[in-house]
Amino acid sequence: MGVAIVLALVVIGSVVFHFLSPWWWTPIASNWGYIDDTIIITFWITGVVFAAVVLFMAYCVLRFRHREGNRAAYEPENKRLEWWLAVGTGVGVAAMLAPGLVVWHQFVTVPKDATIVEVVAQQWQWAYRLPGADGRIGASDVAHITPENPLGIDPKDPHGQDDVVIQGDNLHLPLGKPVKMLLRAVDVLHNFYVPEFRAKMDMIPGSVTYYWFTPTRAGTFDVLCAELCGTGHTFMRGNVVVEPEGNYQAWLQQQKTFAQLQAPASTQAKN
Amino acid sequence: MADVTHDAAGPLSAAEVDDVELYHPKSWITKYVFSQDAKVIAIQYSIVALAIGLVALVLSWLMRLQLGFPGTFSFIDPDRYYQFITMHGMIMVIYLLTALFLGGFGNYLIPLMLGARDMVFPYVNMLSFWIYFLAVLVLVAGFFLPGGPTGAGWTLYPPQAILANTPGQQWGILVMLVSLILFIIGFTMGGLNYVVTVLQGRARGMTLMRMPLTIWGIFTATVMALLAFPALFVGAVMMLLDKLVGTSFFMPAIIAMGERLAHKGGSPILFQHLFWFFGHPEVYIVALPAFGIVSDLISTHARKNIFGYRMMVWALVAIGALSFVVWAHHMYVSGMHPAFGFFFATTTLIIAIPTAIKVYNWVLTLWRGDIHLTVPMLFALGFIVTFVNGGLTGLFLGNVVVDVPLSDTMFVVAHFHMVMGVAPILVIFGAIYHWYPKVTGRMLGDVLGKLHFWVTFLGAYLIFFPMHYIGLMGVPRRYHEISGMAFVPPSAATLNEFITIVALIVGAAQLAFLFNLVWSVRHGRPAGGNPWRATTLEWQTPQTPPAHGNWGKDLPVVYRWAYDYSVPGAAEDFLPQNQPPTPQPA
Repeated sequence: MGVAIVLALVVIGSVVFHFLSPWWWTPIASNWGYIDDTIIITFWITGVVFAAVVLFMAYCVLRFRHREGNRAAYEPENKRLEWWLAVGTGVGVAAMLAPGLVVWHQFVTVPKDATIVEVVAQQWQWAYRLPGADGRIGASDVAHITPENPLGIDPKDPHGQDDVVIQGDNLHLPLGKPVKMLLRAVDVLHNFYVPEFRAKMDMIPGSVTYYWFTPTRAGTFDVLCAELCGTGHTFMRGNVVVEPEGNYQAWLQQQKTFAQLQAPASTQAKN
Repeated sequence: MADVTHDAAGPLSAAEVDDVELYHPKSWITKYVFSQDAKVIAIQYSIVALAIGLVALVLSWLMRLQLGFPGTFSFIDPDRYYQFITMHGMIMVIYLLTALFLGGFGNYLIPLMLGARDMVFPYVNMLSFWIYFLAVLVLVAGFFLPGGPTGAGWTLYPPQAILANTPGQQWGILVMLVSLILFIIGFTMGGLNYVVTVLQGRARGMTLMRMPLTIWGIFTATVMALLAFPALFVGAVMMLLDKLVGTSFFMPAIIAMGERLAHKGGSPILFQHLFWFFGHPEVYIVALPAFGIVSDLISTHARKNIFGYRMMVWALVAIGALSFVVWAHHMYVSGMHPAFGFFFATTTLIIAIPTAIKVYNWVLTLWRGDIHLTVPMLFALGFIVTFVNGGLTGLFLGNVVVDVPLSDTMFVVAHFHMVMGVAPILVIFGAIYHWYPKVTGRMLGDVLGKLHFWVTFLGAYLIFFPMHYIGLMGVPRRYHEISGMAFVPPSAATLNEFITIVALIVGAAQLAFLFNLVWSVRHGRPAGGNPWRATTLEWQTPQTPPAHGNWGKDLPVVYRWAYDYSVPGAAEDFLPQNQPPTPQPA
């Protein structure tokens, strides 16, 4: 009796906790509401299965627990029942997998009009690079990294000269415009993660990875590193500011280009 | 079904040996220390695994203290925290779970359940344990070397694992890799032994499809481990070369803290593929023995044959095979080519089907059973609850796009603890309560056992169920503290405190279990040969505990499958596998 009640309470408690506890995902700030929808579908299907299995167990414990003179039934197999259950499970799995794959296809298909934002990670800070007027970012390689050129932008590539370099400051993004995040690391693995955007991807030294999204809500959001990167991993933080186009352009005007940063003396002279 | 029919005894087993051909111990040393008796080796494996498991338990307390009460324990700085999580994870997965299921239960149960005198290679079996023991010592040495053990995370991802700014990069990572290499060598010796014994050492009449599911689980897991561990082995050797000789298997050109390293051209993600090609089968290497054992616990204590035995065997084999084509679901956000996501999400979700079949068959075994709520049965029920819970959250993480927001968060931590931490450990406990009477001849204390079960089961559920929601919120794993995140409400700190307090209580409950283990050796109720009235061969030995050679003069002959419980018309509610069929009246 007691065991059956506790098993039932585990189910009831879990369901109540799910709906009433204050811990839930952050309000979304990107176009990936589809991901949230897929999670909700998965919660429903798995929740029903969990409740059904555990409540069935509770019933069995209550109904078939040992009493003097009881004897179990002898039923080695039941082909029909086993196949029904297998097929039913297959249907449930397909109901989760199909929407998941559709959304994954969207997630990895970057729209043509997405603007490029490069994120460069190193222990334990973030730096960013935006294409200049030419709309392209210049080539880069760790071989070019010097104290004056911490992102390793190729000084000989003309596309790199007008690139906007943001170091030790927050990234700003314009509201409602798709962005393709190009992700680079110079030392170890990192992961550029903003919970409100629902997207994340590892950054690998020696490779460039990416993801895309469209910011849909203005605000300032935490940037976290989501791949263990050594002692300072917990504190590799930053902020990203999503704002309307006008504010964004005003911010962008204040940023320095690679060329300006390379020749700080001459730039200052002009001012 | 065909396997229940009482056909004549099968052919002679290839490894059937006379008792006199075994190497019988001549001194205390060869009986208890350098023993070649699989049962002694099993106990040695189990004691070492439980002892190193206690270290992992203390480490989990320390990291929970930091997460629950950040700043209170100043000695748990980020470096130490990362060392604790790394060692906790590696110890639990490899040195406790793998060693205990295969080295412990495998050694004890394979010969006894199959009606063999011993493993087919007793000397290699002994070496297997001693190399495992050496691997544990090398691992523990990390705590005492300059810089301490490695804090690279249990996945040991390069380049970070072998660079400065990661704790333990002087010695810790070296002893970790060497210890893993030793473990794999030791395991390979034991594993080949288990496989050959299952294939060649079975008693007459013990066809493969009459083997208890415990043996099927251990056998399948061992075959998988023999195929999966080599990937980790080469990964560890390559990383050692990168670290010591300066090769660049996993190391691209890197600027670390402003300094250009000598490496060039390597691939960090190559290590991840090698690691998870081992690492995902590893999950099932731990799970399949648990699946097998729990099937036998449920059947025995519900006095009912396991439902759908043949489906259970094929589900085990199918899971084992499929688990080799799902590894990259650990790498959806690793930066590998996104097209892989489609393939690995599909294979991963397909594996849910044979797994679900196993769950259905466990609960259907309870249906119309005669359920004795013994301590082993309670642990089996607890296993089903936690395994179903953890398995279902796996459907979130396996479904590639759902994994994107959840990957690398506390949701993952909660998921894998529920499914491959709590669930298999509940089976280990249930199995210890179940087989302890055979090992010692005495029962474990019932009251302490029930207390141990309830605190452990409910406590573990209270720890890990709410933890999913911290991850859903977006809190990353492997964070020393969660302060300074605007999206985390202050109530999350309260939840972390609660989890820590429950973790301390659950940990303390294990002391009651240890006391029970030690106390009952002398003071437990005498068990007799077959206290659970079970059908399988290990309960039919002439002595309890079984003597060296297990069976005395004559080996058992098997006439039926392992699940003849409550057979209609039989006088008792169980028919041992070696009981000859009653002559049918003409």
